[in-house]
Amino acid sequence: MSVIRAAEIKIADAKKNGLIKGPVHLGVGQEAIAVGVSKNLQDTDRIFGAHRSHSHILGVDNDLHKLFAEVLGKNTGFSSGMGGSMHLVSKSKGFLGSVPIVAGTVPLALGAGLASKLQKSGDIAISYLGDGATEEGVFHESLNFARVSNIPILFVVENNLFSSHMHMSLRQPSNTINRFAKAHKIESKLVDGNDVIEIYKTSSEFIRKMRLKPEPYLIEAITYRWFGHVDWRDDIDVGVERSKKDLLNWKKRDPIKRLSDAMINKKIWTKEKQITLDSKIKELIEENWEKATTDDFPNKESLLDNVYKYD
Amino acid sequence: MFTNMIKTTYSDAILSGFDYLLENYSEVFVLGQGLWSPWYVGNTMKNLDKKYGKERIIDTPVSESACTGAAVGASICGMKPIIVHPRMDFMLYAMDSIVNQAAKWSYMFGGQLNAPVTIRCIINRGGSQGAQHSQALHSWFAHIPGIRVVMPFTADDARDLLISSVLCPDPVIYIDDRWLYEQTANLNPIKETPLDSVTPKCIKKGDQITIVGSGYSTLLALRASNKLNCNGICAEVFDLRVLNPFNSKNILDSVLKTKRLLVIDSGWKTCGMASEVITSIVENIPTNTLIDPPRRITLPDCPAPSSEVHEKDYYPDEEKIIKFINKFYCF
Ligand SMILES: Cc1ncc(C[n+]2csc(CCOP(=O)(O)OP(=O)(O)O)c2C)c(N)n1
Ligand SMILES: [Mg+2]
Repeated sequence: MSVIRAAEIKIADAKKNGLIKGPVHLGVGQEAIAVGVSKNLQDTDRIFGAHRSHSHILGVDNDLHKLFAEVLGKNTGFSSGMGGSMHLVSKSKGFLGSVPIVAGTVPLALGAGLASKLQKSGDIAISYLGDGATEEGVFHESLNFARVSNIPILFVVENNLFSSHMHMSLRQPSNTINRFAKAHKIESKLVDGNDVIEIYKTSSEFIRKMRLKPEPYLIEAITYRWFGHVDWRDDIDVGVERSKKDLLNWKKRDPIKRLSDAMINKKIWTKEKQITLDSKIKELIEENWEKATTDDFPNKESLLDNVYKYD
Repeated sequence: MFTNMIKTTYSDAILSGFDYLLENYSEVFVLGQGLWSPWYVGNTMKNLDKKYGKERIIDTPVSESACTGAAVGASICGMKPIIVHPRMDFMLYAMDSIVNQAAKWSYMFGGQLNAPVTIRCIINRGGSQGAQHSQALHSWFAHIPGIRVVMPFTADDARDLLISSVLCPDPVIYIDDRWLYEQTANLNPIKETPLDSVTPKCIKKGDQITIVGSGYSTLLALRASNKLNCNGICAEVFDLRVLNPFNSKNILDSVLKTKRLLVIDSGWKTCGMASEVITSIVENIPTNTLIDPPRRITLPDCPAPSSEVHEKDYYPDEEKIIKFINKFYCF
């Protein structure tokens, strides 16, 4: 979690300083979800993300250099510099793509799960999506199809209560979405998205069951993003002022500090160790960032490459 | 008198079109994402929710398919809805309502019903936004009989064609372009114009080559033609304005005069609007009229790249147009 946090803070700073060209959607505050889920995954599982997916990919592939290179548009990045922050891939770790069309990857993850079932591979599909994405019809179609066809997919809904500038209460009759799982008879659990242990336990139980018997599950993790919808500001959110009070309250529920404090309380961790860890991470970040900045951009001549697999 | 006139930007002109419609037609309402945020649609809808109320200016859930369908349905029942998609890419979830339903509602029922919906969508590209946040899909929609496709280039048209689109009894896709938002003009007083009387417009007179654009590509055509003037080449520039149904008459007359044709399009090459314009001209002129073969400048046939290195090559600009003309045309 600390690595993901530090990486995103670095990206926020770089964006602020004009070093990153494309948009970046930061998930600072939401790290516990991907970390808790990813601990249960293997390289052959099939993971799909969306626009806010730095944590999702780092959860299974912690190659900071590749992430930094990608957001900087360098050819050493996760997507060879062709994607930027919004289009990430790590094939070898089962991360098969994140893209910015809301809910765009939900049915793809479904198909990945279906393929796994047909292939009898025992692998599962993970579909990361936001609360906003549950408003797209295709999400509901996917739940239904997943249920009737018993597809091994875990829908992980990161409910941060916002879809860009719009609070959940302006968009849905309820602030939680797990009712949709119930309607489709999909086993689900509403969890504290800022509690990495709870997320880990719930996902590990679901995933264990899915590997034994292909079936869909859904986790709704309630959380909050510390930055605005896009880019580095936390004071305004795509033009709309957010409540500072809410933000401060949510910062008190920082998933990293909670874990660290709990471990210190239980005497399995110390403040000193935390400080050492943080400074090590800082070094790691700087080292990888430096490396990424010196990398090359994609070759100018490659514009038309990979439109098709046959040239 | 002119010194008193205030220049209006393209985006403010759109806003004033909305304002006029909402003020004068109680059947008009607007729905779509970002309507309560100044961020999604620039200032093209600024404060309309405050002025006309959140019942008529509805910021919606992330449900393009249902919201577009709802707009189509409301239009069948006497309302004049405007559904707004802050990017064309997002409205692909709504293709059924647009292509299967709205486009055909009048035809399928012998003209007894019609769907006078306006689908306003924005081309919003550049800035490394990449393949799913950059598309200009006007040619696609222009392929569908039953929907009119409108692409304003001037600030006047941005306002007036919005009004014509909303008052039109047919479904209309009205496409504005973020890259035009800062363009300014002295706006004429509003005059309601039936959309079926709107045809491609000559925006610069010339006699050596006809250059056709639509939306932002008209701006490129105009800029290029100004540079050509310095080289002593006098281009006539046309702005398509309405892509479907496409009326080629004015352009045809122009080409008969200039004997050269170049079409610039902000979409892809294959099966694109540029092909349509060229074909409609070529099939209607006597053989050997043209001094040079007709040509098109479009996007290369590949998705919008995210990389800044590629973005520069991907989008046409006036330099590239001048180079192209020097290479392929003989004056
Ligand atoms: C089909 C589509 N519609 C609208 C958008 C614009 N958009 C981008 S992100 C976003 C918010 C999505 O909210 P949510 O799913 O909750 O994810 P979060 O941003 O909270 O992580 C919206 C509406 C889009 N990218 N794609
Ligand atoms: Mg959200």
